[in-house]
Amino acid sequence: MSNLLDLIVAGLATGAIYALVAVGFTLLWQTSQTINFAQGEFVMLPAFLMLAVMHLGAPFWLAVLVGVLLSTLLLGLAFKMLLVDPMLRHGVLPLAIATMALAIGIKEAVKQFFSAEASPFPSIVPVGDVSILGRAISLQSLGVLAVAILAVVGLTTLLNRTSLGHQMQAAAQNPTVARIIGVPVERMILLTFLINAVLVALASLLITPIYLAKFSSGEVLGQAAFIAAIVGGFNQVRGAIAGGLLIGVVDNLAAAYVSTQYRAAVPMVLLILVILFRPQGLLGRAEERTV
Amino acid sequence: MSKNSRLLLAALAVVVIAGLIVIPMNFNRYGLYILSQWAVMTIAAMGLNLTLGYAGQVSLAQGAFVGIGAYGAAILTSHGWPLIAALGLVIVICFIVGWLLGYPALRVQHHYLAFVTLAFSTLAFLVFRNESWMTNGIYGISNIPRPEIFGFPTRKPLPFYYLCLGSLALVTLAMWWLIRSPWGRAFMALRENPIRAQSLGIDTRRYTLMAFAIGSVLGGIAGVLYAPLTQYVDPVPFNLQLSLDLLMMVIVGGAGFMLGPFLGAMIAVLLPEWLRVAEGYYLMLYALAVIALLIYSPTGILGILDRYLSSRRTQAASALRAAAQSKLEAAQ
Repeated sequence: MSNLLDLIVAGLATGAIYALVAVGFTLLWQTSQTINFAQGEFVMLPAFLMLAVMHLGAPFWLAVLVGVLLSTLLLGLAFKMLLVDPMLRHGVLPLAIATMALAIGIKEAVKQFFSAEASPFPSIVPVGDVSILGRAISLQSLGVLAVAILAVVGLTTLLNRTSLGHQMQAAAQNPTVARIIGVPVERMILLTFLINAVLVALASLLITPIYLAKFSSGEVLGQAAFIAAIVGGFNQVRGAIAGGLLIGVVDNLAAAYVSTQYRAAVPMVLLILVILFRPQGLLGRAEERTV
Repeated sequence: MSKNSRLLLAALAVVVIAGLIVIPMNFNRYGLYILSQWAVMTIAAMGLNLTLGYAGQVSLAQGAFVGIGAYGAAILTSHGWPLIAALGLVIVICFIVGWLLGYPALRVQHHYLAFVTLAFSTLAFLVFRNESWMTNGIYGISNIPRPEIFGFPTRKPLPFYYLCLGSLALVTLAMWWLIRSPWGRAFMALRENPIRAQSLGIDTRRYTLMAFAIGSVLGGIAGVLYAPLTQYVDPVPFNLQLSLDLLMMVIVGGAGFMLGPFLGAMIAVLLPEWLRVAEGYYLMLYALAVIALLIYSPTGILGILDRYLSSRRTQAASALRAAAQSKLEAAQ
């Protein structure tokens, strides 16, 4: 039983990170129909940016600050201006393919300019165990969970309680009407790209100490985030959060109870079942079919 | 198309085909290997082009079918079956599996369909890796024999290249016939407007499943050639990346164009080889080239040509109209 609790806590912690990535993913989809196949690589890159700044001799906190800033510029602003804007009007598929190519490009650039080996990365939350009700729980898991929850609560407050958030939602749901009532739609879309960049940088900061910084680590992460987004609901922020947590826990439990060989199959089967029987996702709304 | 330009096109095709037969004769082993790989990947991409380019169904599972074909050929030929028998069995298996994979496409579309097929890809990879009794797991199957075709051994690289090229020619002819048949038109109707297609009496259900099944069979055929080409099959080449690469080939070449997969496979297989002078940077350059191309022309390489031709046609038409107009005014 104690094993089960450990597994669930660790699963929630990785799931919370998946949730951050998945939320960014759904935000991009909602505001600009961008399916970002490079989302996993977006999570991998900020850690390397921070490591690079640290190699220059900067202290950790400064490296984190510069890293988040750089990824906002590169993965938010530059990504939107240089790749999404010119391609958006040509439909979903060419853009999705272009992000696939971008994923290869980012991976290769990191491999070439940094290293093909995995590098250790300092943790922003304390490492060790804490005793709760006489049971040792990983402090890192709790810390990751706490930071991720804070981020998600902050984001949902921004989206649901502030005027800016309402404008963003309006821009996502019906850009034409939003424009008529005076919402600066273009600026709102840019804002979601910047938020996505900050979210992936945060996810990078949380997950890299656990799995090390490696050029290829984005593949697994990106896939987990896709699955989380679809299972939870592609058009709902809370759906993506629930999906992330669910996939994290299911993945961890599958590794322990199903088989390590087929652990990766369990989320896939879940994905297929959800798409076949509830394509809008567990918490999503049905999308209107366009003719 | 005017008679002249059609003649020009036919002449160009003859030159290219002759070039593909004659020039590789003095290629080294590696050059022939890469060219054979191009032919094999073109067959797989043509299958995906049918599913995606003509019938409009997104699939991220084509790599899995190449894997099924390759493992089918590897296992059966190592047990002494002739390659042609393995091909027959693989075609049947891929048709059935592809047909079944089409069922989700009846319920969901676009990105949802992409993710169902993506999940299938990952599951197939796990089976290749984990079912060691059949696939020998991560160690793979080695010493796959190359076949004898009508008594000619294809153990040497050049004869095997001709086998791949010949298969590519056969598949291309079959595809050309299929696209011009009523089926091909039904597939395109499905892509352009499924509801209108249905109201015109096209059984969209059957054609959707058929598009998946035939596309998957071509993936399987490519796999059957892949196994004796590399003479070694392990799970790694058939992971999700292959499906993504094949999708990229189709889009970059030009989805829905007969010749798109040829160019797409050329970019994906040959361009990285040409860029090897750039050493570690070659994949990065490749990625940049693909992105730049897609920004410039989202419909791929043949999209550029298509746009050029149609703009010329418009110009020619408006010139004719202007001439007719002035004649009309002169008459009045």
